[in-house]
Amino acid sequence: MDTFAFIKARDVSHAIQAASQSNTAQQGAEVRFVAGGTTLIDLMKLSVERPSQVIDINHLPLDNVEKLPDGRLKIGALVRNFDLAHHEIVQNEYSVLSQALLAGASAQLRNMATTAGNLLQRTRCVYFRNTAMACNKREPGSGCSAIEGDNRTLAILGTSSNCIATNPSDMNVALTALEATIHVQDKNGQRDIPIDDFFVVPGSTPQRENVLEPGDLITHVTLPPSRHGTKYAYLKLRDRASYEFALASAAVVADVVDNKFNRVRIALGGVGTKPWRSREAEQALEGRTVDQSVFREAAVAALSEARPQSENGFKIELAQRCLAHALTLATETA
Amino acid sequence: MATIRNTVPATVGGSLPRIDGPLKVSGAAMYTSDHHFPGMLYAVPVCSTIAKGRIASLDSSVAVEMPGIQAVYHQGNIGPLFRSAPASGLSAYLDERRPPLEDDVIRYYGQYVAVVIAQTFEQAVAAASAVKVVYTEEKPDARTHLDPDGKPSVDSSRGTPDEVFASASIKHDETYGTPVETHNPIELHASVAVWDGQSFTLYETSQGVVNHREVLAQMLGVPQENVRVISRFLGSGFGGKLFPWPHSALAAAASRNLNRPVKLVVSRQMMFQNVGHRPRTQQRVRLSATAEGRLTSLQHDYLNHTSILDDYKENCGEATTYLYGTPNLRVTSGLVRRNIGTPTSMRGPGAVPGLFATESAMDELAIKLKMDPVELRLLNEPEKDEGNDLPFSSRHLSECLTIGARKFGWSQRTPEVGSMKKDGLTLGWGMASCSWIAERVSTEATVDLRNDGTARVSCATQDIGTGTYTILAQIVSEKTGLPLDKIEVVLGDTALPPGPISGGSWATASVIPAVSQAAQNAMQVVLTAATKGKNSPFSGQETDALNFENGQVYLKEKGGETGVAFHDILKQSNINAASGSGKSEGTFGSTAPRKYSTHSFGAQFAEVTWQPEIARLRVNRVVTVIDAGRIMNSRPARNQIEGSVVMGVGMALFEKTTYDPRQGAPINSNLADYIVATHADSPEIDVTFLDYPDLVLNEFGARGIGEIGHAGIASAITSAVYHATGVRVRELPVHIEDLLAHT
Repeated sequence: MDTFAFIKARDVSHAIQAASQSNTAQQGAEVRFVAGGTTLIDLMKLSVERPSQVIDINHLPLDNVEKLPDGRLKIGALVRNFDLAHHEIVQNEYSVLSQALLAGASAQLRNMATTAGNLLQRTRCVYFRNTAMACNKREPGSGCSAIEGDNRTLAILGTSSNCIATNPSDMNVALTALEATIHVQDKNGQRDIPIDDFFVVPGSTPQRENVLEPGDLITHVTLPPSRHGTKYAYLKLRDRASYEFALASAAVVADVVDNKFNRVRIALGGVGTKPWRSREAEQALEGRTVDQSVFREAAVAALSEARPQSENGFKIELAQRCLAHALTLATETA
Repeated sequence: MATIRNTVPATVGGSLPRIDGPLKVSGAAMYTSDHHFPGMLYAVPVCSTIAKGRIASLDSSVAVEMPGIQAVYHQGNIGPLFRSAPASGLSAYLDERRPPLEDDVIRYYGQYVAVVIAQTFEQAVAAASAVKVVYTEEKPDARTHLDPDGKPSVDSSRGTPDEVFASASIKHDETYGTPVETHNPIELHASVAVWDGQSFTLYETSQGVVNHREVLAQMLGVPQENVRVISRFLGSGFGGKLFPWPHSALAAAASRNLNRPVKLVVSRQMMFQNVGHRPRTQQRVRLSATAEGRLTSLQHDYLNHTSILDDYKENCGEATTYLYGTPNLRVTSGLVRRNIGTPTSMRGPGAVPGLFATESAMDELAIKLKMDPVELRLLNEPEKDEGNDLPFSSRHLSECLTIGARKFGWSQRTPEVGSMKKDGLTLGWGMASCSWIAERVSTEATVDLRNDGTARVSCATQDIGTGTYTILAQIVSEKTGLPLDKIEVVLGDTALPPGPISGGSWATASVIPAVSQAAQNAMQVVLTAATKGKNSPFSGQETDALNFENGQVYLKEKGGETGVAFHDILKQSNINAASGSGKSEGTFGSTAPRKYSTHSFGAQFAEVTWQPEIARLRVNRVVTVIDAGRIMNSRPARNQIEGSVVMGVGMALFEKTTYDPRQGAPINSNLADYIVATHADSPEIDVTFLDYPDLVLNEFGARGIGEIGHAGIASAITSAVYHATGVRVRELPVHIEDLLAHT
């Protein structure tokens, strides 16, 4: 851990002003915002994150959950995971998000972690977290230790020859299936970014995980208006029963009319380098009858592009079973 | 000194809360790293980032200039640190013999290459990362698969197992593996060293203060009387804190060099590198049997890895020679060197991985024989310990098996794979026998009966969270009749009479004779004072004419009505305290011929649930029946068994330290990536103690309960997994991918 300057932001524009001085908003950033700190502080202790300035944004007025006049749900960047998971509107109208949040981390972490912080959660790849190891995400050009190393928990979708690190978040998977929009403010104003465009796959620049630039501050997230009768499920599979990152997870947001899938959104977790929207699965489901064989077809389609590593080939089958069962859970509820 | 008090009446064999509980839940208990002293400095080691090679250069010039830095010690300036020369048995014993910073050779990843001393912990951490070390790196060997380095050694042999096995028609031959497991008590290893110019006081996370003193005195080159080691409370050890590790010498050396107190707390990552682990084992088990199921031969050939410099043997054959009867048997062992830190004892060392192999093999043999696995064990119950030709002091394995089967509902089991269902889940039922040593080690203790009506008992053993404070109070209470809240227990300090390491499940059995004798002698002192004191109502009587009961002294012939409180007798004679000491010899490592084979036994029954559609496996319930002699206090005893079972769930399904094959680093060195059982993984646990006193060991007949519950459980679970899924996992832990492929 290095010494750093700690600045308390006076207001949103002060926070943005201060962060604009950073070299990047991605790996290697000289300036970082801190909210819950559940990822950042951990990585600073490991010297994986080495900002010279940390800007505390905890007291900024970004901690509300409110329904907008047009029916969208606005979730402030600083809403704690615990509060979001237990919010009445989220539980009643977007239960997949509540389920995903409660499947993540531990009660203590959920009390601290925030919405925007969870969006920016870093990978748990063990090589990323150990500065003695080569890692293209942490140190571009140094190589990927995971590809020929311990990769049981790592990604099979969206990987490249430079990086196979998994996005570990549960919340992001639900937000992806809900087609959330990320609202970002910078010196010039506000940008509204669909969540699937917010995250980027590693390609040849694994140090870059999203589209944020220096001075960008996530102010809030919005969810589209909920529709009556939408069916939801979030299913997370892992080795132990609690407090572990997903080996595979699936979020289902489905409208079913006359026992046929109408509009369906599917996202997978634990298997992608980003929260993995599966349009292949959605296509395999839309217009089809609610049936186990259709679930299985969608599950196979969702993993059709999977590229397993030496130790994680089982994730293909596991993710397929996960999605098929999530579809079962979503559709068997009234 | 820690004063432990409670108001619950005492009885050996009762169900009593721990007397140290209030101190722990109120935060008043001082753990090692809670100690602070004026002027104290913080030490942070610098760890090697290679697993094999040499230090080409070490540059601390930047680090020493950083804020708050007092020193950066390395091979060139730490000063002399000597090797401890072990005498015999567990005297001056440690597993990693090389003192830290002794040479420039790197033999495992994370090996200490320097230590930074600063005014604050944060300053030390920052400077540690600024120490620039250049290595000459060689390719390390951290391979998991073990091939014997040389000829295996024969641990035990009888009959002609090779010939019998070769000609047998019913036989089983498989190899089983257990991974490296890291202890991971929540309390990190720590040392707080205080040098006063002549003597050291070392606050240590130690399961054995007496041995720790012997080792550190030798390493530091000072007389033993100039070292005092204190370990009042331990946030668990699981064997990892039995023997000293190099950080302790670093903290003490720094304290002496700087003439200031120094605190060193190892990090969680260092817990995986620098303080031991249960080594990888690979065990071939060959069994042959008659068609009726009688074992005709048993061969157990095992290997374990050890470090480059030290010979740590994981004694997997511990229980193999005596658990079942068979005329033909051979157990062999071998060590394989790896560029990994030195292994050490972990809960049930040897027997726990060994029983995973042999009990799994018994389950597989039962399937081949189309026999119930409980029946197979009952059929092979021996009449004596065939390994050393001695009668068992107290063995009730068959009763454990039959009671366990009844409590579990075993008779309802249908043996076909996947044949049992409940609530949409597939059930798997499995079972295993278990066993563990029952020994005593040499122990001394002192009991003071004080003129304020209280007693004090002291012994340099430790309470590592298991209930030892309470046990000593119970013994004194039983002997003197004083209630527990009048008894102060003082442990964990080498200033006290030497006591046992808290290991081998032998602390309780060891302290009973010494503490009983000390109490007896203290009471005798009171009786002598009663007969000699001028103002005593018993003046002029013979001590033989007096009794000491319920804290009262009375004339035998006149009974309790003549009773006088013992402290009144002391006061009448102006005596502060009647002091008695006790000493008992050990059985462990003793050369005296044995008359009995002393062991604990048990039976484990496990139910798993399997949900193939999402590949979800959970351990749902466990029934454990334990034959561990007289249970001194069933509440902490039950807690030990329950904890062992939960740890067994981790061993069976989760725990594995993974080494990067290229760099030799334990790569999952944190509590998110090294998976242990959580509360949500804990099954419903039903513990039964048979409670037969084993009077060969001590007057109360107590053996130990710290490890027996962890033996056999992994095999019971993998047998249940087979019953549910048809997949036999012989390489722990059971992973989802093992089951996915076949279901």
